[in-house]
Amino acid sequence: MARKIKAPALFDRRLLREAFLQSFIKLHPRLMIHNPVMFTVEVGTALMVVVTFIAVLHLMLGEPVAYNAVIAIILLFTLLFANFAEGLAEARGKAQAESLRKTREDTIAKRLPYKDADPAEAEMIPASQLRKGDIFFCEAGDIIPSDGEIIEGIASIDESAITGESAPVIREAGGDRSGVTGGTKVLSDWIKVRVTINRGESYLDKMISLVEGASRQKTPNEVALTILLASLTLVFIVVCVTLSFFAAYAHTQISLAAYIALFVCLIPTTIGGLLSAIGIAGMNRALQANIIAKSGKAVETAGDVDTLLLDKTGTITIGNRKATRFHPLQGVDLQHLIDCAVLSSMADDTPEGRSILELAKQYPDKTKFPDATMIPFTAETRTSGIDLPNRKIRKGSVDAVGHLCAQAGHPLTQEAYAIVESISKNGGTPLVVSENGQALGIIELQDIIKPGIQERFQRLRKMGVKTVMVTGDNPLTAKYIAEKAGVDDYIAEAKPEDKMQYIRKEQQEGKLVAMMGDGTNDAPALAQADVGVAMNSGTQAAKEAGNMVDLDNDPTKLIEVVEIGKQLLITRGTLTTFSIANDIAKYFAIIPALFINQIPGFQALNIMHLHSPQSAILSAVIFNAIIIPLLIPLAMRGVAYQPVGATALLRRNLLIYGVGGLILPFIGIKCIDLLISVL
Amino acid sequence: MGSILFSHLAGIVVTYLLTVFIGIVLGRYMYKVYSGDPTWSDTLFVPIEKLIFRVCRIHAKEEFDWKDNMKMMLSINLIWFIISMLLLTNMKWLPLNPNHISSMSPDLAFNTTISFLVNCDLQTYIPETQISYLGQIWLMFLQFVSAATGMAACILIFRAFREKSLSRIGNFEVYFVKSITRILLPLSLLLSIIFIWRGMPMNFAANQHIITLEHHKQTIAEGPVAAFVPIKHLGTNGGGFFNANSAHPFENPDYLTNMLEMIAQAVIPIGLIFTFGYFIRNRKLAWIIFCVMTMGFLLLVIPNVWMEIQGNPAIRALGIDNRLGNMEGKEVRLGTAASGYWSVITTVISTGSTNAMLGSYMPLSAMNMLLGMMVNAFYGGVGAGFINFFIYLILAVFIAGMMVGRTPEFMGKKIEAREMKIAALLVLLHPFLILIATAWAIYVYLHHPVYHAWIMNPGPHGFTAMLYEYTSAAANNGSAFAELSANNPWWNISTGIVLLLGRYPSIIGGVAIAGLLGRKQYVPQSAGTLRVDTYTFGVVLFAVIVIIAALSFFPALSLGPIAEYFLIH
Repeated sequence: MARKIKAPALFDRRLLREAFLQSFIKLHPRLMIHNPVMFTVEVGTALMVVVTFIAVLHLMLGEPVAYNAVIAIILLFTLLFANFAEGLAEARGKAQAESLRKTREDTIAKRLPYKDADPAEAEMIPASQLRKGDIFFCEAGDIIPSDGEIIEGIASIDESAITGESAPVIREAGGDRSGVTGGTKVLSDWIKVRVTINRGESYLDKMISLVEGASRQKTPNEVALTILLASLTLVFIVVCVTLSFFAAYAHTQISLAAYIALFVCLIPTTIGGLLSAIGIAGMNRALQANIIAKSGKAVETAGDVDTLLLDKTGTITIGNRKATRFHPLQGVDLQHLIDCAVLSSMADDTPEGRSILELAKQYPDKTKFPDATMIPFTAETRTSGIDLPNRKIRKGSVDAVGHLCAQAGHPLTQEAYAIVESISKNGGTPLVVSENGQALGIIELQDIIKPGIQERFQRLRKMGVKTVMVTGDNPLTAKYIAEKAGVDDYIAEAKPEDKMQYIRKEQQEGKLVAMMGDGTNDAPALAQADVGVAMNSGTQAAKEAGNMVDLDNDPTKLIEVVEIGKQLLITRGTLTTFSIANDIAKYFAIIPALFINQIPGFQALNIMHLHSPQSAILSAVIFNAIIIPLLIPLAMRGVAYQPVGATALLRRNLLIYGVGGLILPFIGIKCIDLLISVL
Repeated sequence: MGSILFSHLAGIVVTYLLTVFIGIVLGRYMYKVYSGDPTWSDTLFVPIEKLIFRVCRIHAKEEFDWKDNMKMMLSINLIWFIISMLLLTNMKWLPLNPNHISSMSPDLAFNTTISFLVNCDLQTYIPETQISYLGQIWLMFLQFVSAATGMAACILIFRAFREKSLSRIGNFEVYFVKSITRILLPLSLLLSIIFIWRGMPMNFAANQHIITLEHHKQTIAEGPVAAFVPIKHLGTNGGGFFNANSAHPFENPDYLTNMLEMIAQAVIPIGLIFTFGYFIRNRKLAWIIFCVMTMGFLLLVIPNVWMEIQGNPAIRALGIDNRLGNMEGKEVRLGTAASGYWSVITTVISTGSTNAMLGSYMPLSAMNMLLGMMVNAFYGGVGAGFINFFIYLILAVFIAGMMVGRTPEFMGKKIEAREMKIAALLVLLHPFLILIATAWAIYVYLHHPVYHAWIMNPGPHGFTAMLYEYTSAAANNGSAFAELSANNPWWNISTGIVLLLGRYPSIIGGVAIAGLLGRKQYVPQSAGTLRVDTYTFGVVLFAVIVIIAALSFFPALSLGPIAEYFLIH
């Protein structure tokens, strides 16, 4: 699928400029205090600046001015690097969201004064002036000016601007495909649309505010991690402050610069500096996948999902089931069965209903049956039909129509059941056609399972996610497809409340459930689910109920959502591990440097053989600073998630980021020290 | 020399293996006792317990949430505190005082009371001259109840993870009573009998004044030693009946008692690990925890035994025969290997009893003792040690949990901000207490020359002594470096406060985390869930303990034992 919004290049120049600016703006203590780790670095930096100035004023104090100044500058850079990471993540998020929003800014809306007004009465206004509840009119060639719900008409719409999908889609009033998105284009026919959202309140606007500092809420795991990091920071404040007393006892002179360097190196600045950038980048990755999350929490929760409810249609099978064959019962003329099937499907607007007409190659005109009563298809009755004088033709599920026939005194025959059985066993769906309570024959609908879907379910199983197929099919068919596709469980003959019940049942067991839906009757289940992804083409109710909206209307997106959530947590976890593991090397750089003048034996602890105490401290602080920008790409892209099972994943990440975090600073500090000693 | 060295090393290896074996057996027994399964001890003790429950109006069947349980713990501890203060400050005219010992000063009584109440037994008094037999018996009582307090609190944590979801995590009082009747009393009795057989005194006689062969006057102190010493070790208390603690021949007559005392102090902490395994029906996790703790223990004990056997290079440089190892301050009947082993087992576990002068160990041996107390969870004190370990466990689960891409869960319970807050505070508290108290004492020492008498040996060694005193207090260990004159208001009161803060917050915090997690919805395990019963997780756990707990003391240790090491070498 060709995506319209591509991720901006990691170091796009415009974004870099914005991030650069932000890294200075964010130095403001009021903004800084939200990040306790970096706030303490800021305090340390301020102290160093003051000390440097005092040293400049009284040169006799013995504090080496240049050395202090260099430490102060490196600390400042540590802060700037951290701010830059956050600024860059924000800028990328905004750029992505803006490019989505831009398409709808400059369009002209044809606003109608009232619902039934003639399109000729439309008033041309800029899209930005549309308010919630306004009604506008669009015809072929128009760009839809705002998100809304079709109240009248049907149209084919090119949504490629949003989804990248070039095939046009049909949107019509009523039913579950009534939502339109601003920025998409009407290709044929016309529609009247009611605006459902005020400017500034659309999901895009919400998403933009989510990536912006001001209204960004920390997610629950981020809060817990911040608490841990803050407490480690406090420990090291105590370590450094008390050290000054111990040093006084030992008659060891330690400069303020050395204390602050020790402190800044020991506190987890790497993860502290990148923490918010990681969170924002997670949201950005969701946006890149064309998912608008309503909160950061939703993305994070997705990583915890235990159970995934997937609609069969469109997710597991390609498109919709199609009628493939008519099976007349003994003594019934095939043509008669086809005719009745067509008549009874006239009021069935579901794709299955339409496929029956396609198979029969008959497209009757509803207006030619003035004395007929149409019985439209509903999910409740699971039948559709037509009442003509003296003829009651019904078509629907085996249960529903079988029940009707039984009531009329003609229960389904052994022969009918045999056909039903054989269709079901082959994964097909049987529909029974009856006339006046007498079964005529059976229509076979067939599914085609998406290629590659088995591998995706395999992957999900390795992640520990249980997949559940939701289908209206009878249990036999459902079982066949479930087995073939490799899902763990299925809900057959599902009514909307069955979904709801299944979600509740799983949640009572303590599991987190994700589902995707589009219809209004999906809304309660979407709200109940821990992660509810609504399709953008779905009804307003569905979009309100879910906590994410998928612009692509792609039901397999749930799988990506889960991976994005996991990636977010993994990135945080691994960088925390890396940051803490770094401490060991830094201890070995700084501790000997602090005491070597007093007790020469400490040279034995200088295992990196750093040049001098000053160069050792400088190298540690420099390493501490530059590791932040070096890790920005990782923070933005996220640590790759591999579904290999939790223990294997832990072992892998522990090796790379734990052992790596242990060794890398030894090498890095040594290299920097070599450079410094050359200079 | 080789065969002596071999037998010494074999002695400590046998000691350790016996400890682990008894620990495993005891772990299963303790599980049965606490979970109410039938055991051999039922016939004898059920009637006694019923009587105790009736007299104390304990409803044995009732269970409570973590808050109510902790209120019970605190209130009963408060009552003992009050009784103890009254008793120790009025010993002079109370019975069982054949040696006419006077009452304690309020600050000494405060320090002593707190110290025994919190399972620490930091002793700034000289037992032979400053406490009556009634006082000793009272302290023995406190040794029982403080151990039982830790064990009962620990069982509350175990219980919280046994069921899928429950808010009433058990009955502190019942676990407390059973800890004493079923575990501490029977084992103490058994040990007492062996100790009496090995020559430990058991009487209430007044001191004997004798004339030695060299015509010196000598006072021989005795008392109910054989009753006192078993619980001192079984309960990881460590308070000596005599000032010399287990270096005193009456308190530790021979190699066998030395072995038994080393075994006794570790069996309950090790046993509790396996009890946990039975409680949560995951014995593999118990083994992982055991391995992590053992790893830490071995990394401390092996260097200590080795360094003590090697002896002091400065003495060797003087041309003095040093082949027996670092014998300064050690008992010839016990030797360097057993003393090296003792120094670590007594500090990783919060016993704090000693069989040699700690201040005379090699500098890095002292560092390892300090590290044992700074981590305070490699086996750890009865109950309390496991609770400390539990906090590290929560931290490790949090970090490792994120690394596998899920909200961290332990035993199916999500660890969220509230639990992290408590865990983070507790992780902070230990270095906070040790470092700030030491820094404050040093400030006072440096700025007020009157206090220079505190330290007998200025320089790094004196610093180590002060750091040791507060580390021992914060870890509720109770061993003393013995180069510090600590019986004065400053040390009595300041260590008393550190003792209190080192004890109750961590127990309450640990039980609170378990209580909060216990009532959470249980999340079933899936392929994506972090498994804690794997060696990979064990590695994370060990790394968290080393990097977060031990390394924060690196700067302080550098100025104490490490600096002293470099001065010798």
